[in-house]
Amino acid sequence: MSTPDPGRVARPGPGERRDWPLWEVFVRARRGLSHVHVGSLHAPDATLALRNARDVYTRRQEGVSVWVVPASAITASSPDEKDPFFAPAGDKAYRHPTFYDVPDGVRQL
Amino acid sequence: MPETAELAERFEATLAADQRIEPRDWMPEGYRTTLIRQIAQHAHSEVIGMQPEGNWISRAPSLKRKAILVAKVQDEAGHGLYLYSAAETLGVSRAELTDLLHDGQQKYSSIFNYPTLTWADVGAIGWLVDGAAITNQIPLCRCSYGPYARAMVRVCKEESFHQRQGYEILYTLSHGSSRQKAMAQDALDRWYWPSLMMFGPPDAESTHSARSMAWRIKRLSNDELRQRFVDMIVPQAEALGLTLPDPQLTWNAERGHYDHGPIDWEEFTRVLRGHGPCNAARMEHKRRAHAEGAWVRDAAVAYAAKRSVEAVSVA
Repeated sequence: MSTPDPGRVARPGPGERRDWPLWEVFVRARRGLSHVHVGSLHAPDATLALRNARDVYTRRQEGVSVWVVPASAITASSPDEKDPFFAPAGDKAYRHPTFYDVPDGVRQL
Repeated sequence: MPETAELAERFEATLAADQRIEPRDWMPEGYRTTLIRQIAQHAHSEVIGMQPEGNWISRAPSLKRKAILVAKVQDEAGHGLYLYSAAETLGVSRAELTDLLHDGQQKYSSIFNYPTLTWADVGAIGWLVDGAAITNQIPLCRCSYGPYARAMVRVCKEESFHQRQGYEILYTLSHGSSRQKAMAQDALDRWYWPSLMMFGPPDAESTHSARSMAWRIKRLSNDELRQRFVDMIVPQAEALGLTLPDPQLTWNAERGHYDHGPIDWEEFTRVLRGHGPCNAARMEHKRRAHAEGAWVRDAAVAYAAKRSVEAVSVA
C-alpha cells in the first residue's frame, strides 16, 4: 500500500526553514497487523508529533498504535535505478512454489 | 541518470497503464505545478470551509448537534492537513502554501464566500456543499498522483457523515413547524445555485480541463460531475418535501438525466474575483488567526529546543 515519501525533503522550498520538522506517520489498524504509512505531519518534537498524529489520523479509531518517524531519517531506494536495483529477483522464478511441477494425484503439497 | 526523453516516455507509459505516479518519480514540470495548484486550492478550501460552519458551533440547537458540528469542523481541519501533506510531496513547503493563500495568490472554493445566516444553512452546507464535494472527490480517488488519490480516499470516507448529518438537519426542519420548514426552504434557495457552480465553468470554457484529463488528474468533466450531482439531489429534495429553486428543472427522458436552468456565471466570476459577500471577512479572519497563533508555534519550538539541550546534558 502506501510507502514513505522521503523524497520530499530533497526538494526544500524557500520557506522550509519556517516549518516545524516533517514526520512520517505509521498506524497499526489492529492487533496482528503491521504499521502502515498513512501520511505525514509537522511537529516541533516527537511528543507533539504523536499527539498530532492521533488527532489527524485516528479520529475514528483507525489505530491501536502509532509510530512517528522524522522524514529526514528515512533512506529510500532511488526511483531512477528501480530496474537494476530490483533486477536480481527478476530471473529467480524458482523462488515461487508455482515453479514446480506436482504429479497428478499428489495432495497437500 | 536517464535522459529526459526516456523519463518522459516512462511517465507516459505509467499513465497509459493507469498506474500511479509517486513523489520521487520524474514528472513534467506542468504536471507538478498543476497538481500543486489544485491540491493547495483544495487544502485551502477545507481550512477556510471551517469558518461558515464554525460560526454556528456556539449556537447549535442542542448539545448533540453541537458535538456533531465540532466533529465535522475538526474533520475539515484534518482534510486540510491530509491535502497539505500530499502537496508537500511535490516539493513545496507548508509555509509557502500558507503565504500564497494569505497573499491571495492561491484561491479556495468560492462557495465559502457565502454567509451562513441561519441554522438551516448548516444543514444545506452538509447536504449540498459536501454532497457536491463528494461528487467531485470520488473520481479523484483514482487520480494519477498517488498521494493525492490516497488523501481523497480518506476524505471521501469521512465526508459521507458530513453529507448525511446535513441532510438530517434539513429533514428535521422540513418536518417541523411551518417556520422551521420555511427556514429550510430559504437555506436551500440560497445554496442551490452556488453549489452547482462548485463544479466550475462549463466544459467549453474550462481552461485547464483538457490537459488535466490527459494527465488523468481529472477523470470526469465539470459538466459531467454537475449532472451527476443534479441527478442525485432531485429525489433527495423530494424526500425532504422542499423545492429546488430552479423552475426549469425537468426530467429529460431522452438523455436519462435532469435538465437544469442556466447558471449565473457572472455571479460566479464576481465572487471568484473577490466580490462575494464574505471574501474579505474570510481572509481577514484567516490571517488574524494565523498571526495570533504565532506565539504558540514559537513556544513549541523553544520548548523542543530546550528539551533537546537537556537531553544532551543528561547524556
